[in-house]
Amino acid sequence: MNHGRSTGDQVITLEDAYKIYPMGSEEVRALNGVSVSFEKGSFWAIMGQSGSGKSTMMNILGCLDRLTKGRYLLEGEDVSQLDDDALSEFRLRHLGFIFQSFNLIPQLSVQRNIELPLYYLGWNAEKSAERSIEMARRVGLGQRLDHKPTQLSGGQMQRVAIARALAGDPQILLADEPTGNLDTATGEQIIEMLKELNDLGKTIIMVTHEPDIAENAKNVLIMKDGVIESIKQNEY
Amino acid sequence: MNTKLIVSKSKFYRDVRLGIENLLLHKLRSFLTALGVIFGVGSVVAMLSVGEGASKKALDEIKKVGSNNIIVSSMKPREEEEATAMGHPHAVVYGLKYKDFSRISRTFESIQTAVPVKEVRKEGRLGERSLELRVVGTTPAWFELVQRPLEAGRVLLKSDMEQRSAVTVLTEYGARRLLATRNSVGENITIGENSFKVVGIVKSESNSGSDVQLPDQEVDAYIPLEVAREYYGDINIKRTTGSMEITSVELHRVIVQVNDIKNVESTSQGIDAMLKKFHAKVDYEMSVPLALLRQAEATKRTMNIVLGSIACISLLVGGIGIMNIMLASVTERTREIGIRRAIGAKKKQIIVQFLIETVVLSTIGGLLGLGLGITIPLFITLFSGMPTVITAFSIMLPFIISIGIGIIFGIYPAARAAEVDPIIALRHE
Repeated sequence: MNHGRSTGDQVITLEDAYKIYPMGSEEVRALNGVSVSFEKGSFWAIMGQSGSGKSTMMNILGCLDRLTKGRYLLEGEDVSQLDDDALSEFRLRHLGFIFQSFNLIPQLSVQRNIELPLYYLGWNAEKSAERSIEMARRVGLGQRLDHKPTQLSGGQMQRVAIARALAGDPQILLADEPTGNLDTATGEQIIEMLKELNDLGKTIIMVTHEPDIAENAKNVLIMKDGVIESIKQNEY
Repeated sequence: MNTKLIVSKSKFYRDVRLGIENLLLHKLRSFLTALGVIFGVGSVVAMLSVGEGASKKALDEIKKVGSNNIIVSSMKPREEEEATAMGHPHAVVYGLKYKDFSRISRTFESIQTAVPVKEVRKEGRLGERSLELRVVGTTPAWFELVQRPLEAGRVLLKSDMEQRSAVTVLTEYGARRLLATRNSVGENITIGENSFKVVGIVKSESNSGSDVQLPDQEVDAYIPLEVAREYYGDINIKRTTGSMEITSVELHRVIVQVNDIKNVESTSQGIDAMLKKFHAKVDYEMSVPLALLRQAEATKRTMNIVLGSIACISLLVGGIGIMNIMLASVTERTREIGIRRAIGAKKKQIIVQFLIETVVLSTIGGLLGLGLGITIPLFITLFSGMPTVITAFSIMLPFIISIGIGIIFGIYPAARAAEVDPIIALRHE
């Protein structure tokens, strides 16, 4: 089983990654030596019990947290030594986040939520309005631009989140239990949307604990006790 | 470059709009928070305008006397004062001499006009009316120095001096006391034993209730100096019960107008030095309105500092109120901060966002406070008659202060916001 270096076009590589939290005199090894590569255009599901290290893995991959030891290469660059500003810049340019609880800003309209990454990318008002309207249409919410998140259903909110994640055109989407707060039918729609995006070339990494959902990914990585327990390939 | 400027401009506009929108989400809370600044700025503006009004009044009074003027007055020496009080009747000779006047007016190039003043108190009679008049013997130069509009007739002229004409110019005040009108010009008036022809009436300034003495404040009539000297002499006998006081004073005052305000101080020092040489005792007194002006300005500065410090305390309280609410707001919006950070906002950008929000709040507070601060003095003037003045400074200062308060008291909450850990914030349900 080779989950270290594969020969393809790697967009994400973890090399001997450790994340260790001190807990009093003890220490918790949330990642205990993980080496894995994700190819460009792949669709991965990361599974595992709670406490298996999958959330830590997601935070590391999302540049929200730094490794205690090891290397993390993102788009060919070693980001494990970058400072906070540089990590923010990486998140902004290369990553799109989709969360279980949608994480829209409640006081902002649908359009303004989608515009957020564009604002930080320094786009002007006109261009970002254009882009956000286009994104909203793409996820089927072109008629809901001025709605506040609280006026939307769960599925609609998650679609806004997807539109927001796509607005800055990042190549990698990180989805943390994207269907966790949705009913089955709506969840399936969201998964379909992710599959379409993957077909368009986006690399997608999705954390889930539902095997049914994980089946939609091309590859499944199962974590246990901070290490990779297994990797399998789905066939479809 | 041009487009870049427009982009950054519109970014600033968007930042401010976002700040306003966030504040409008909690209208009552934002208003209550801004109240501290509103009252703080309001009191700064109001206090400054009251202080400014009071000092402007004082300055105006001093300017009425003439800031270019130096007034030298005769003063009975202290030793003589004591001797008289002991009850020894003797003649006291003191004060400015005619020669002093000619020396002063001839010596200094910086002097534009010098006016001698001789005061005489004599019984005056016009028609049926008879009362004690305060008469000033002077030269036509007086009317250049103390410029007042003419009511009727003319002022004293050079020819009156040369011909020693027995003519008099009444002040408006003196005319009223004598029940003289415009028609009285041309009539004869008796002053002491002598008869004078009334040639004119000039307006006079009264300055009641002020510390500043105007030259024509207590004058009923002017006559030519030479005439006063000839008719009444220099000796004045004052009889009071049981004692008699004899004084001899040539000139009661010399008023000097200096050509340039820069020369006022040096000229007054020069006059003082010269008089000292000819006067064994200190029997004169120098008064320089400019010095009073300087003093009034210094007082005004002190007052502004004191009032300003008091007002600053209220602004400080307002600022602490803002900081308190912003800290609460940061806690409340932890999740929003986490989302922004996850999307890619840098710490700096989070700081700017919260700082703008605080500055917008304090600036709006400042503007409302300015309105309050302009309104209060209007009511003060309306109800108490106290003068108040709003200057550009008293508008700009609180405005700058309120922006400053937003920055100073916003920086800590904003820094707290920037330190929010996105991982924890996003877990926050």
